[in-house]
Amino acid sequence: MSPPEILEKYMNKKRSQLTSLLSEATRILYEAYIRFDYYQNGQKMSKFLLPKGNVSGIFVREISQDMIKDSQALITQTENWKDYYLLSLKSPLIASQAKPGQFIMVRINPQPFPLLRRPFSIHSRDGENIEIFFQKIGIGTILLAQKQVHDSLDILGPLGKGFRIDSNFKGKTVFLVGGGRGIAPLNFLAQELTALGAVVKIFYGAQNISDLCLKDKFDQVGYELFYSTEDGTLGFKGLVSDLLTEKLQDHIPEFLYSCGPEEMMKKIAQIARDKEIPAEFSLEAIMGCGFGICWSCVRRIRKDGQETWIKICEEGPVFFREEIVW
Amino acid sequence: MTDLSIDLGFLKLKNPVIAASGTFGYGMELAPHIDLNRLGGIVTKGLYFNPRPGNPPPRLVEASMGLINAIGLPGIGVKRFSEEILPQLREYDTAVIVNVCGESEDEYLSVIDFLNQKQGISAYELNISCPNVKKGGLCPALDPEATFSVVSLVKKKSSLPVITKLSPNVTDIEEIALSAQKAGSDGISLVNTFLAMGVDVETRKPKLANLFGGLSGPAIKPIALRMVFQVASRVKIPIIGLGGIFSGQDALEFMVAGAKAIEVGTANLVDPEATLKIIQELEEYCQRKGIEKIEEIVGTLEC
Repeated sequence: MSPPEILEKYMNKKRSQLTSLLSEATRILYEAYIRFDYYQNGQKMSKFLLPKGNVSGIFVREISQDMIKDSQALITQTENWKDYYLLSLKSPLIASQAKPGQFIMVRINPQPFPLLRRPFSIHSRDGENIEIFFQKIGIGTILLAQKQVHDSLDILGPLGKGFRIDSNFKGKTVFLVGGGRGIAPLNFLAQELTALGAVVKIFYGAQNISDLCLKDKFDQVGYELFYSTEDGTLGFKGLVSDLLTEKLQDHIPEFLYSCGPEEMMKKIAQIARDKEIPAEFSLEAIMGCGFGICWSCVRRIRKDGQETWIKICEEGPVFFREEIVW
Repeated sequence: MTDLSIDLGFLKLKNPVIAASGTFGYGMELAPHIDLNRLGGIVTKGLYFNPRPGNPPPRLVEASMGLINAIGLPGIGVKRFSEEILPQLREYDTAVIVNVCGESEDEYLSVIDFLNQKQGISAYELNISCPNVKKGGLCPALDPEATFSVVSLVKKKSSLPVITKLSPNVTDIEEIALSAQKAGSDGISLVNTFLAMGVDVETRKPKLANLFGGLSGPAIKPIALRMVFQVASRVKIPIIGLGGIFSGQDALEFMVAGAKAIEVGTANLVDPEATLKIIQELEEYCQRKGIEKIEEIVGTLEC
């Protein structure tokens, strides 16, 4: 190697070190900007603000590097209710890194039919196992529903940016509002928040009682639960957003998380805005790859005061209410 | 040990497997997951001069053994690519091929002019399937004269070899390929995606916001193969074949039909390690068949 080449090599190494340092610094900055503490009547309060500056790109790139390919995730348990399914997958590495709100991409068939992987939120983690909860709605989920214990699946994960969990939530009340299969990521979130010492209240709404298939499981855990059905077969009769409005008269939570149909989340976002409750939403999209390569799963998101198309798989699927253009 | 290297004449590849444009980001996205040094080459996501937002969603819909995309070529533009991506990419021992786009002939030339001064690019792949805004959205790839015009202008400007990527949405693919060759193109890659659409019967709306999109994946492989064979039989410049390649066997079919190298596209979205798997399968095939140099099988179809 000639001296200029050695110098060039050295400079490149320095540059890469600098990049990783910068990325760490940006991550810290990002966290700092998101949370803003202040005092009101002698009491410490927190507000959540949007990150300033173009920092999220670097922050997110770091997260997507955690992707692991597990081509032998063994199905250890299955459960189903009508069109809803729960699969437990043994995948030690993915389980150890998973955070609530993150998702996995499942290859349904090693042959190219269906061609693309399907995204599923991580529903729970138990040691080396993760669970996914899904509804049979198309060819991918129809075929996935046929899988049995001892079959194995090729999965990628954990993907995306999860829910923001603040260690200061200990002893504070948080609301989790899920509609239909949108309850999927909120269960894992409830587990982690409970472990942290937060007071978790779950709002679980659907069209009728048979869609609230996780009710028995939740009842056993002992969360504070509020059910709603549109036909009144269980709990509050009406929309989960109306149930939420009613309960907000008694108590305003520290934070609100939601996942469900678009129309439902839009209503919840409106309520969160009116009541000034900081809130995060987990969005759904058709995904090609799940790891930021195909640019299919975009959504209108506000960044740095501008609306742009942002990849849900990479910078989401969880976004702050203020970021989402409904 | 089989020799997998390929000499395109204007570019030497360590093996015939290249990641296709639009399915591998700008090249660095998958660096944490696979060793880029093992690839024959990488074609970047299509680059226009300026950043672009792309189409509204839905941008993608699955079809039988395929996918239809109307992503709309969003991107970061040449400046950010050169500053942020290229310095990292050129550290890898693999051919970096930049996919060049343009809304007009002038834009293709501006992109080439800008990138000519940068180090670390092995060749340009000219995406002539971009709608020309000055000509009512018509793509150069659909017309032999428009193809000739843009390729010859780019060749005059370019300090690097130029591979022209052809669209299959034409009546006579050989005619377009001959135009590209006549204009001085160093190589040809084919095929780009097939124009397609999907209908949602519940809402009676198109499944893509853009109405039309491009079909890729295993569904198009037999047609792509036929076109590669036809073009290989007519032109003298080397051909890079693509269209639904998911396995070593798929890659070999294209090579036997006349492609010197191949690109892997849609498969990358399903399996980020698809290119590596294909390289391994090519090696196994050569060992099984006692082939010492993979170039020997190019264009050996007996018919």
